[in-house]
Amino acid sequence: MSGDKEGPAPLLDRADERVTHETGIGGAIRAFFDRVRSGELGALPVVVGLAIIWTVFQSLNSVFLSSNNLVNLLFDSSTVGIISLGIVCILMVGEIDLSVGSVSGFASAVVGVLWVNEGLPVWLAIIAAVAAGGLIGSLYALLFNRFGMPSFVSTLSGLLAVLGLQLYILGQSGSINLPYGSAMVNFGQSLFMPHVVAYAIAALAGILAFVTGYRTATRRQAAGLSSQSLNKLLFRAIIVVVVLEALAIYLNQDRGVPWMFGLFVGLVVALNYALTRTTWGRWVTAVGGNREAARRAGINVRLIYSSAFILCSMLAALGGVLASARLASASQQAGTGDVNLDAIAAAVIGGTSLFGGRGSAYSALLGIIVIQSIASGLTLLDLSSSLRYMITGGVLAIAVIVDSLARRSRVSHGRA
Amino acid sequence: MMDKVQAPVAAGELVLSLRGISKHFGAVSALTEIDLDVQAGEVVALVGDNGAGKSTLIKILAGVHQASAGTMTFRGQTVTLADPSASLALGIATVFQDLALCENLDVVANIFLGKELHPLQLDEVAMEMRAWTLLRELSARIPSVRQPVNALSGGQRQTVAIARSLLLEPKLILLDEPTAALGVAQTAEVLDLIERVRDRGLGVVMISHNMEDVRAVADRIVVLRLGRNNGVFYPDASNQELVSAITGASDNAVSRRSGRRRAQTAPAQEAQP
Ligand SMILES: Nc1ncnc2c1ncn2[C@@H]1O[C@H](COP(=O)(O)OP(=O)(O)OP(=O)(O)O)[C@@H](O)[C@H]1O
Ligand SMILES: [Mg+2]
Repeated sequence: MSGDKEGPAPLLDRADERVTHETGIGGAIRAFFDRVRSGELGALPVVVGLAIIWTVFQSLNSVFLSSNNLVNLLFDSSTVGIISLGIVCILMVGEIDLSVGSVSGFASAVVGVLWVNEGLPVWLAIIAAVAAGGLIGSLYALLFNRFGMPSFVSTLSGLLAVLGLQLYILGQSGSINLPYGSAMVNFGQSLFMPHVVAYAIAALAGILAFVTGYRTATRRQAAGLSSQSLNKLLFRAIIVVVVLEALAIYLNQDRGVPWMFGLFVGLVVALNYALTRTTWGRWVTAVGGNREAARRAGINVRLIYSSAFILCSMLAALGGVLASARLASASQQAGTGDVNLDAIAAAVIGGTSLFGGRGSAYSALLGIIVIQSIASGLTLLDLSSSLRYMITGGVLAIAVIVDSLARRSRVSHGRA
Repeated sequence: MMDKVQAPVAAGELVLSLRGISKHFGAVSALTEIDLDVQAGEVVALVGDNGAGKSTLIKILAGVHQASAGTMTFRGQTVTLADPSASLALGIATVFQDLALCENLDVVANIFLGKELHPLQLDEVAMEMRAWTLLRELSARIPSVRQPVNALSGGQRQTVAIARSLLLEPKLILLDEPTAALGVAQTAEVLDLIERVRDRGLGVVMISHNMEDVRAVADRIVVLRLGRNNGVFYPDASNQELVSAITGASDNAVSRRSGRRRAQTAPAQEAQP
């Protein structure tokens, strides 16, 4: 194999002379543009879209990008964002859950009834609500795995049935107020990271990115594989730290970073790790890409589907609990209206494919910020929700078009 | 019970033995009363026309389909393969005709699918190293193992599928037309590999339509015709014998064709001085 060339032996994965490899920071930038041109867009469309949306709303109303408004935006993003994380899980295996809105409303009702009406400790009520979500998810999994019921249908009937359950347990009153000043409502409305903590977390993120990158690079080097240069790793870590610290400083001019948003981002990072660095995530991606191939590789396909359905419903329930904390109430309206479609749209706008096998936990974070930005901007302009629905619908359509065009481009550039 | 199945194979041991295997797809009988034996250190070629049932038989051995009737004995134990993981657990590795790769995953992920290293913190470096080693053994021409399989050519995909079957030191390898899409060098490499695997004492079942390849590596040639056993041959059997067993008649398209060719070339040779 080797020895037919002069000079030092090429690295194990750089032996094929047909592939060009970029080096250095300039090379990294060139490689980035190459990837974009061939349809490997990643988070680029949503970041560009966000920049446009923010510029437009800021020019129409200068309050839009104020620290105060951004802090509110983060609060509002967290609840539906967590629901959207569940949608990412279920879309990854190529299925859908249309009932996440109802499940979130039902979960908030469970907390209201158990905690306020029945006097159970709040943590027990929350655990019960999330467990109820898990139960609903396992029912979908059963219908899917045993009876081959398409998730589209089972969750559509679930949407109605669970909404009925929510109305039933709320009973006559129809609405339960959660006590102001309780830890749960504080968490949803007024609990912020101390400034120092926010700065420390921002710094830690950069350091962690560098340390893990450096460890991988040294291991790859030792194994004779190509690895990222120290400069590139440092450059990336510094960018991360600068951006996050700037954000923290800006938010700290107002109330600071909500703990609820911290929880959301924590869940995003955890799910991202699970999807990209664990066997479970690998199998989820495989099942979403080619179910029969995954089965022939000895993967327990049913178990993977079940885990996705259950995780999706549990995250929907958790999102519902946090939404009730944010509103300090559990009502008949909770989880109805646009919660469902906002959660699904966020995942798709963020870049998770509707067809399975392709997506990322970060798409929930980016997508929900787009949707909440539109909502917040239009509220500031005093425009009715009719316009908001139309614009959000349009953005969703654009996101799907971008995804389809990028897929076509990937095919023709051999990156599909 | 598992101890015997997991123990190293002894030379000449009967690895696999099928008796009376039948498979119906609704009204279609894809396989009827098939018998097949495979010994350790032996390459068995499975040949037959299109639709003869070769792939169906392989899929039953891989646990993808379940036989309608018949018994399967693996290393002396009667086994039933309820799903592909049962077959993999016994040490049966399969390269399917349709390859069964996940196109959205990269080459490394496909090779290690279902056998990833370190479940809670995937060891990408070790997996990539091993993937390169396996691909080199096959003289694979794959530019990057971090490309999704979608971006590979048909032959490159076939190499990936073969590399995957070699990952976990199987006891029996089933290859369904492994060289159909391969280039000259890669075909030779795969045939070499089959011989190497046989010399290590593994059982090999290979399906191929290429009689030259079959003759080159097979120790025994098992013919299927319309889902039934239609004779066992050895590599010294004449082409005529094999073709008539495969097609079921001495007067067939293949022999008519070669007869015509002989008739055309014979006068031309006589005319030369
Ligand atoms: N899943 C299935 N459902 C119904 N019929 C099937 C199925 N799989 C195979 N068959 C039928 O079984 C018969 C044998 O098919 P098989 O794929 O085993 O042929 P083969 O010998 O591999 O042919 P080839 O050389 O073309 O690959 C065919 O008549 C086919 O139509
Ligand atoms: Mg076949």
